[in-house]
Amino acid sequence: MQTVFSIAIDALAYGMVLFVISIGLSVTMGLMRVVNLAHGAFAMIGGYIASYAARDLGLAYGFAIVLAVFGTILIAIPIERLLYRRIYGAPELTQVLMTIGITFCIIGIANYVFGPTLKTVPLPAQLQGSVDLGFRAIATHRLFAILCGLAVAAALWYAIERTAFGVKLRASVDNAAMAAALGVRTEIVYAVSFAVAVGLSAFGGVVGAELLPVEPYYALRYMVTFLVVVSVGGAGSIPGALVACLLLGGIDTTGRYLMPEFGEFFFYLAVIAIICVFPRGLAGRAKG
Amino acid sequence: MTMTTTNDLTTQTPAKRRFGGSDLIGLGVILALAVVGYFLFPTNLALLTRIIALALLVLSLDLVTGYCGVATLGHAALFGAGAYAAGIASAHYGINDPLSMLAFGIVAGAVAGLVCGAVILRAHGLPQLVLSIALIHLFHEFANKASSWTGGSDGLSGIAPSALLGLYEFDLWGRTAYVFAVVLLALVFALLRLIVRSPFGMLCRAIKEDPIRIRSMGASPKAALMKMYVISGAVAGVGGALNAISTQVVGLDSLSFTMSAESLVMLVLGGTGSLFGALTGTIVFMFFEDVVSAANPFHWLTMVGALLIAVVLFAPKGLYGTAAAIVARRREAK
Repeated sequence: MQTVFSIAIDALAYGMVLFVISIGLSVTMGLMRVVNLAHGAFAMIGGYIASYAARDLGLAYGFAIVLAVFGTILIAIPIERLLYRRIYGAPELTQVLMTIGITFCIIGIANYVFGPTLKTVPLPAQLQGSVDLGFRAIATHRLFAILCGLAVAAALWYAIERTAFGVKLRASVDNAAMAAALGVRTEIVYAVSFAVAVGLSAFGGVVGAELLPVEPYYALRYMVTFLVVVSVGGAGSIPGALVACLLLGGIDTTGRYLMPEFGEFFFYLAVIAIICVFPRGLAGRAKG
Repeated sequence: MTMTTTNDLTTQTPAKRRFGGSDLIGLGVILALAVVGYFLFPTNLALLTRIIALALLVLSLDLVTGYCGVATLGHAALFGAGAYAAGIASAHYGINDPLSMLAFGIVAGAVAGLVCGAVILRAHGLPQLVLSIALIHLFHEFANKASSWTGGSDGLSGIAPSALLGLYEFDLWGRTAYVFAVVLLALVFALLRLIVRSPFGMLCRAIKEDPIRIRSMGASPKAALMKMYVISGAVAGVGGALNAISTQVVGLDSLSFTMSAESLVMLVLGGTGSLFGALTGTIVFMFFEDVVSAANPFHWLTMVGALLIAVVLFAPKGLYGTAAAIVARRREAK
């Protein structure tokens, strides 16, 4: 019982961190049809900025998060303007190569600037220790990650389903040309959702720094995981991504707890099985 | 599609001739380069042999990516399967004849190609890419865990190939290995030229352009792609076995994601959809790696990334494709 409970909490926290990071990837992929392998690199940049702000400058945790989110967006804007612009609508292979190139560059630069060592984001006193739920105690940080994930999911749901911007976004996802013809300024929709996606990924990178430690090869190591989440969930679907994160987080964490010697073997096996059964993802729609 | 290179121009007219003049020129260039390499780098033949092994991997990747349009980031699985099969045959079963080891590599590569093809061809687009990545990690994990067979992360050692044809020992300077590699590359290249321009090769290219139309014409895209995947696996298996024979160790890196990604980079650098492009890309990339990583290993990844971005932006057809396009335009102008 003890094991089952701690596996469940860890899986939930891990799944939520995955969700926060990869939901932006899912939305941009559904919207712009760009296979963005560099998404994890933005989460890594967020982690580095937060680590620098909190550990070396001694700023407060909340302030470090805000700084990381906006700093990463600032770094991402010129990359989007100069590089991503040119590959919208290009063949997949071109997009893969361009974004892998960007990832390699970011890894190399991070390695040069921050060194190859692991960076931590020191937690504030309130998030250390554990919370007593009456029958069981859980680590506060895990609880914080889960709450952040839920908050992001709720906020995104509200923004997409209930606001005018959400209507435009959904219209552009379904048919960009028609939406543009009806007066939606798709350029702005693209730019805003790219910025939000990058910001969320940076946020996830900071909140999840305890579970996915920040180091130069972060971008390469977890790139696969984020892509897997998106393709299992189906690009552009929030519920799909949520289900996929919880499912994959559960499989990965259970595998690590019960059979640590097999590493990620079961994770990848499950991924292959799921994609073979649902080639368009759990909640995927036929592409227009 | 912008990816089809001028190779189409050269193959359309002499389609009836089975082995045209350009093939002979190509073979001649390969052999001439091999001789030049031998005399330019007599102390570094191991590097040249490794380049040839990787060139075989890149050629095999070109078959599925360049000719069939399947985007994969897991092609090293086929290479690694060949390498491990040849290595295990020697280290565990005492089969030390290089040609038998090669045969094991080819068969294992083809089987791996069958497995990978069966999985990867089930999906399209992003899911296809993710499947290929998941597969290469699965192969990697498997080889890591089956350490009694593969040596795990220490690598597989104890490979001792006997004399080639019973006459030529594998010497310390790697001369025999180098000549063996050049002969293999020339044979594979000639064979692939025949396959690529056969009706089957044309069918694969047509599938890349428009699979629905091919199906309505009565051919089965899936069957053709599977066949190509198996051929590609055999070629990658040759490369893997060659690497195992020449270096006498097999490491986990031959089954890694990095290897797959690098082979894709080499292919695109040279130009997809042409065998010369694959060879050009491998040679340029490997020498680039040798020079840059010797000068400053720290910036190696940054340089590769910048190189990739530059190729995508300025030479989307790759080095060979761009050069061939310029030559073709000149010829037309005359």
